[in-house]
Amino acid sequence: MIPTWGHFALALGFAIAVAQAMIGLFGPNLRNPAVLRAAPALAIGQFVMLAASFAALVWAGVVSDYTVKNVAQFSSSTTPLLYRITGTWGNHAGSMLLWCLILALCGGVVGVFGRSIPTSLRARVLGVLGLVSAGFLLFTLTVSDPFVRLWPPPLHGAGVNPILQDPGLAVHPPILYTGYVGFSIAFAFAVAALIEGRVDAAWGRWVRPWTIVSWCFLTAGICFGSLWSYYTLGWGGFWFWDPVENVALLPWLTGTALIHSAIVVEKREALKTWSVLLAIATFSLSLSGTFLVRSGLLNSVHAFAVSPNQGLFILVLLALTVGGSLLLFAIRAPVLAASGMFAPVSREGALILNNVFLCMIAAVVFTGTMYPPFVDLLFGLQLSVGAPFYDQAALPLVAPLILAMAVGPLLAWKRAAIMPALMKLWAVGLMSLLVLAVVLLRGHAIAALALAGGVWVVLGALVDLGERVRLFRVPLRQSFSRLFSVPRAAYGAMMGHLGFGVTVLGIAGMATQVHVITVLHPGQGVNLAGYRWTLERVQDAPGTPAYAARQAVIDVTRGGKHVMTMLPERRFFTAQHTTTEHAAIRTNMLWDMFATFAGEDKSGGAEFRFNVHPLAPEIWLGGLIMALGGGISLTDRRFRIGAPSRKRTPVPKPAGTETA
Amino acid sequence: MMTRKARRLWIVVVCGIFASTATALMLVAFRSSLSYFLSPQEVLVKHPRPGEMFRLGGVVQVGTVVMSHRDGKPFTRFRITDGQASIPVVFTGILPDLFRQGQGVVTIGSMARQGGVFRADTVLAKHGASYMPADVEQALRASGKWNPKFGPAPNAATWDNKTPQQIAAAKG
Repeated sequence: MIPTWGHFALALGFAIAVAQAMIGLFGPNLRNPAVLRAAPALAIGQFVMLAASFAALVWAGVVSDYTVKNVAQFSSSTTPLLYRITGTWGNHAGSMLLWCLILALCGGVVGVFGRSIPTSLRARVLGVLGLVSAGFLLFTLTVSDPFVRLWPPPLHGAGVNPILQDPGLAVHPPILYTGYVGFSIAFAFAVAALIEGRVDAAWGRWVRPWTIVSWCFLTAGICFGSLWSYYTLGWGGFWFWDPVENVALLPWLTGTALIHSAIVVEKREALKTWSVLLAIATFSLSLSGTFLVRSGLLNSVHAFAVSPNQGLFILVLLALTVGGSLLLFAIRAPVLAASGMFAPVSREGALILNNVFLCMIAAVVFTGTMYPPFVDLLFGLQLSVGAPFYDQAALPLVAPLILAMAVGPLLAWKRAAIMPALMKLWAVGLMSLLVLAVVLLRGHAIAALALAGGVWVVLGALVDLGERVRLFRVPLRQSFSRLFSVPRAAYGAMMGHLGFGVTVLGIAGMATQVHVITVLHPGQGVNLAGYRWTLERVQDAPGTPAYAARQAVIDVTRGGKHVMTMLPERRFFTAQHTTTEHAAIRTNMLWDMFATFAGEDKSGGAEFRFNVHPLAPEIWLGGLIMALGGGISLTDRRFRIGAPSRKRTPVPKPAGTETA
Repeated sequence: MMTRKARRLWIVVVCGIFASTATALMLVAFRSSLSYFLSPQEVLVKHPRPGEMFRLGGVVQVGTVVMSHRDGKPFTRFRITDGQASIPVVFTGILPDLFRQGQGVVTIGSMARQGGVFRADTVLAKHGASYMPADVEQALRASGKWNPKFGPAPNAATWDNKTPQQIAAAKG
């Protein structure tokens, strides 16, 4: 019964979304304030309905209601409760519902917290969100229904894919989706601004917090995904340049650009048209990220299986959303007032440089991701673009970005000189060169460059903070008290840069990783990175109802002294006849010891892969710092109090609305 | 002091330089790092040069997997088939968990100098148990061995498996 109610709530949510779109988009022309006030209420109502619907699907999973096809296919009696819940979004239809739920949540949040936004702008924003929502809810209801029933129900469910039964992956999709979908708010603001024909400093200030929120989630989501592949796939790979990873990286790149360009809109009323375009592009890329993969167009190891009509529906929806908004942009962008003046060497100049590089990197990644399906479509040739392409084409663009990252925050607004900023960084530069020289002598050219870059960015961010508290120029005590008057947004920005530098350090460290693949009999051992890895024995390990496990006991010694015992496992999932490797990873936050137990042969030998990954933990630590930085920036005073108000300057009225 | 127009011109020029740099980088990278996907049948027809990197995909032919050790490392021989032809593959290293007979795989590597053997540097299998990589699926469809509309792929052992000589005879 409950799944039926869930299905009903879903349909109701669709009806409300349609009403929300109508009222939001056409309401402002009626000049009736009562109609406009209905928009937030509808947005909240839509969220409540979808929440109820999603709860019903989760409930069906929890009680193992196999009359629901979705549950029967992706859950089983041996599946632990946590994965019965997370299995709800571990499949195509369920994850679509989650996606729609988060979109409705965005609308609801704007409805509740958007009181400072002018009523007509808010109505339009909600109208755009409602329209997008209605489109995808229609998709969910018609061709990708999560509540399809089975009769008679099967006795046993098929179960969750074992490799997905992992706490990290359980939280990964909701976080990633919140990141993707959160950009819908910036998108809605951009489209609403195009309809209204005005973008000003206040617009920049409204858009920025929403963008930062979704950027934080997207950063964390990408981090979780990468961490998951690091510890489950068994050989320490953390980024594969797989299409699915790329499509998550794309909105991250343009979203990062948007965060920076919105600052310029807010402070200098420049880059307005560009920011609107970035907001549209970011959400369009998010949409493509979620759906191109599902449409079956992109060939990825992560793809969910979809039927052809689902793929077509998705492509049409995508084309309408992306094409429609871009068309609107082409028609309306000239109406937006021209940007203000700015000098090339200034804070805003540096922010533009940041935008240029981020967008160039995004273009490279986009080309690499989209080229193979295009060639396949046009010429029927199947080819793939691998990691070397991205290394060769994107890394030369990352290098200047890293160089500029430390300098930019030290430049003043409006007009600055480059030399004073560089003078402040001389010590940082010297340290980076030192690192470069030391690592270069050890023969890792790429790692040396990347490590030096990481040091440059991390120390550069600290110098930025030092400058703000006038460290060493005023007494230390005074500097300390200044720490508390530095705006939170500045802390946020500093942490964002610092975190990026830390991630760069981690990636650089991983480039110097060492590993050995070997077959050992009990008592035998190998040497790696100054450690002796000896296989003591292979034994049965305690399993669970879902799997049985074999465990290897590896004794790691250094100079004859015991360091640690590692217990890599192989898990055999009975329901799916699938074996997974459960790597043993020990970290001290500076390097990881990584042991994978790859199999046993008849002669009693066991296959192992041992890795030592210098600085690997820093990859995700950096991501965490970045996301935290975004969070701190959100608590800034000007976002909390002093609702931004629009200047009462006359604005050129767009021709369209006047004649209508 | 530059005029507004001059500044705008400068911005356009600088952006143009950046854009062309990015394009040039991509073109150079494309030339060296594109790899084609070939099915076993296509390998026999196109004869990729030894040492040229490409992706070979298909189904691990049932009954052909031989695991052994070489220099203390796991060493595996197997054949990849698309139902029309099959290519022997050698691989040194650890196979993915989901590598199994009769299951779709994609391998990256190049042909050895002699013997028509494919040396794989990387073997990729997919997370899901019932998965068929899209390019493998397409190859199977093209060979007429499988239409996904009619259920899962048949057991690879039951497939008609012509030898290279037979293919050559049919062609020539």
